[in-house]
Amino acid sequence: MTEAAVQAPHSEYGLWSWLTTVDAKRIGVLYGVTAGIFFLIGGVEALFMRTQLMYPDNTFLSADTFNGLFTVHGVTMIFLFLMPMNAAFFNFMIPLQIGARDVAFPRLNAFSYWVYLLGGLLLVSSFVVGAIPKVGWTGYSNLSSSFFTPGIATNFYVVGLLVLGTSSMAAAINFITTIINMRAPGMTPLRMPIFTWTALVTNFLLLLALPPIAVALGQVLFDRTFGTSLHVPSGGGSATLWQHLFWVFGHPEVYILILPPMGMVSDILPTFSRKPLFGFSAMVYATVAIGFLGFGVWAHHMFTVGMGAWGAAIFSAITMLIAIPTGVKIFNWIFTIIGGQFRMTTAALFAAAFIPLFTLAGLTGIMHSSPPIDWQHHDSYFVVAHFHYVLVAGSVVGIFGGIYYWFPKVTGRMLSETLGKLHFWTFMIGINLTFFPMHFLGVDGMPRRVYTYQTGFNFDTWNFWVTIGAYITGASMLILIFNIFKSLKSGAVAGPDPWDARTLEWSISSPPPEYNFVELPQVTARDDFWHRKYELKNFQPQPDNQQVHMPPPSYWPLITALGLGVFFTGFVFEWYVLPFIGAPITLIAVFCWSFEEFEM
Amino acid sequence: MSTDSQTQEHHAGDISHPTPKTYAIIAVILSVVTAIELWVYYIEELRSLLIPILAVLSTGKFALVVMFYMHLKFDHKVFSRLLVLGIILAFGTFLALLTLFKFSHPFGLL
Amino acid sequence: MSEASHEGGHHTSLGVDSRKLGMWIFLASECLLFGTLIFTFLLYRNKGIEEPNIPAEILDIPVTTASTFVLLMSSFSIVLALHAIQTGKIKSFQRWILTTAIGGIVFLGFQTYEFTEFVQGGLGLSTNVFGSSFFMLTGTHGFHVAIGVIWLLALYFSSLRGGLKVDGALKVDTMALYWHFVDIIWIVIFTVVYLFAVV
Ligand code: HEM
Ligand SMILES: [Cu+2]
Repeated sequence: MTEAAVQAPHSEYGLWSWLTTVDAKRIGVLYGVTAGIFFLIGGVEALFMRTQLMYPDNTFLSADTFNGLFTVHGVTMIFLFLMPMNAAFFNFMIPLQIGARDVAFPRLNAFSYWVYLLGGLLLVSSFVVGAIPKVGWTGYSNLSSSFFTPGIATNFYVVGLLVLGTSSMAAAINFITTIINMRAPGMTPLRMPIFTWTALVTNFLLLLALPPIAVALGQVLFDRTFGTSLHVPSGGGSATLWQHLFWVFGHPEVYILILPPMGMVSDILPTFSRKPLFGFSAMVYATVAIGFLGFGVWAHHMFTVGMGAWGAAIFSAITMLIAIPTGVKIFNWIFTIIGGQFRMTTAALFAAAFIPLFTLAGLTGIMHSSPPIDWQHHDSYFVVAHFHYVLVAGSVVGIFGGIYYWFPKVTGRMLSETLGKLHFWTFMIGINLTFFPMHFLGVDGMPRRVYTYQTGFNFDTWNFWVTIGAYITGASMLILIFNIFKSLKSGAVAGPDPWDARTLEWSISSPPPEYNFVELPQVTARDDFWHRKYELKNFQPQPDNQQVHMPPPSYWPLITALGLGVFFTGFVFEWYVLPFIGAPITLIAVFCWSFEEFEM
Repeated sequence: MSTDSQTQEHHAGDISHPTPKTYAIIAVILSVVTAIELWVYYIEELRSLLIPILAVLSTGKFALVVMFYMHLKFDHKVFSRLLVLGIILAFGTFLALLTLFKFSHPFGLL
Repeated sequence: MSEASHEGGHHTSLGVDSRKLGMWIFLASECLLFGTLIFTFLLYRNKGIEEPNIPAEILDIPVTTASTFVLLMSSFSIVLALHAIQTGKIKSFQRWILTTAIGGIVFLGFQTYEFTEFVQGGLGLSTNVFGSSFFMLTGTHGFHVAIGVIWLLALYFSSLRGGLKVDGALKVDTMALYWHFVDIIWIVIFTVVYLFAVV
């Protein structure tokens, strides 16, 4: 540790401190707030679509606008809201849960955030310049070729995803290293909280699933800019190659979206049942098994492409296998609640509601795993219903549970329970009214991704109620936003352990000090905090207001990210000078980064 | 991925690395094997066996570099597991894909 | 990007340095990256090819063997560099790390020569899918080599200026892992792309 590092000015407030922060908790807050804003944007896009679909032959939106909206809605919700929202929880909670002071690579962590923000802004700017991508979140070739979607609109999709993938890749390396290597003494793998476990598996999925799609996106970018034909059949390329590479990433991606909320639910339920998680190791093995199997099922998204009997049979069978570890999880959650003293807080309600809602999503999933049934459902509203039960009734509900549960830890204040319950019940009514009738619509034959329908197909009534449900869901979100702002100002002070919880993050003050732990905890049991509180009865709060040397702030991550942003922006707008400006900026920034005094 | 030897025997830096002599021997073997590969390539009679022979030889080269130059043989086993994980997933996925494109998309290259 | 909250001597759960662990994690994902590129190449290898673009005829085995040899030997020279810095022989370290960088540059030279030959022989990036997948695979590899060369030179100049004193061995170790990985990928490419071309 050098003198300079100690005396480096260390601003704690103001914009500059946020731009240069390397503290995982602050970066977590940045991720959370940004992802929340994108959630609202994605939600408004959804409401536009639903307004259009409220009545048959509606003319509120044009077909073209509708195509743009479902594309940007899907991309926003998945890449700009759910994944970064999970990353927000990783940032804040992983170091606390494993008893570490920070992540393994604090500056790389900041870099991930800035790249994510720039990628998000890049995608949103497609609205500003009026070139909204219209290829769906799946970006199938050869719709994505410059013949079918000329102009720069599709570039936003291709390049935007590349940028966001870079961010996720850096984050994955960081979190995996952190979890493997930064655990407090005694924190053996099977003593790690289950949320950390799901984070570990999720980040492995990111690490290994992102490269295939990065290559595929690169190929499409080359097709569009340098005239190759890797995904263009008229030039000798394959039309199915993209689908395969996309889903090799895409299926692990759905676990990337659902595993962390599952982990949150598995941490919340024991706390509010005053009982350890039922079958902890089974839960861990189930999570790992889902992670592995998730790599072997991608072609179940392609049954209608035609793969012959063997191909379809094999992918169908492996898909059905995933039901086993998933079932293990569902029963573990149920048995965690049964026999406990269940406390009906909002967090607990969301976590408990996750179980039947996710089960429903899983059941329709099992239905698609059978090729003949899938041929019937494919590209219909039945699939829209299925994946919204996974993503909204599953991931979002789990994340809301996580927000109610950890908000006191992050901010030091409690969210209002009254407003919380109001939010919970309106949200339940809203999403089920929105997404349940979509099953009927799908079975009745309403196709996905259509901007309107004619009357007389039995679609009118349900579509009307679905839209009402969407409005209720939207209104319910306003309650959450109000609750957050109100509680930030005047919520009850939380104290370190408001829920009488079990894991290490609750053993320190709320919000935690920059260094998290003055002394690294010596872990002796699973749910170590609970163990010390109630079994050893020797819990000592950590001393406060200590001087612990933490890494100094750095602006190089931001500058590196900016360089990368300039580089990629050039490919979106087809201004090929920008890459030549962006690349040297990135290179120089990485240089300065690696020679910066940065010790701990 | 869940290695946890809390053992402190592996400290960065003080791993018992092989000596430069071992390194040199490996370098010689690598060169010789590359030469053999080239020889096999030019022998017309071995054409039918080219793929298996070359596969074995290159795997050998691969393994030597990984074990000695990247010192996986002497290092913490978590490193080997990470590499094996990446290789197995890549191999499994892309072998499956090649098979699919050969047999399951029967109308040629869709 | 070398940083870690805990330096070599500090406690980490596995007793290994986080930077080195992070590099291995990154390399695991690189397996999938090159896997995808090699797969695409194999898929398109014999598709839509006409004279004069037959892979077996256009690929130049003698030249590529030479460049393969250079890359293999650069793996040898970097372990010598690592050994030197681990045993405190800074001069010898500087010599070997520079040798390695030059090896990388020579390899890139061969690749540039090869690419120019192909383009002049009528096989460009967008001539056919064989060409596209070939250039993208070997080009991505070449890009990795180029990054490696820059990194090696950075280490070299940093050591000339008296850097690398504190945890230089670890930095070189981490870099060497990357360099060897690029080498083993080339071992695979040489066999699968070049030598398998005749069957
Ligand atoms: C109240 C909330 C929501 C409503 C009303 C809603 C509504 C819609 C609608 C109408 C579509 C277009 C369906 C079509 O025409 O095919 C759609 C597509 C989609 N939604 Fe949502 N959605 C909501 C929330 C979410 C969330 C939270 C996520 C993910 C986290 C999500 C992910 C998607 C995806 C991936 C698509 C497919 C986009 C595509 O076809 O490329 N949605 N949604
Ligand atoms: Cu899937």
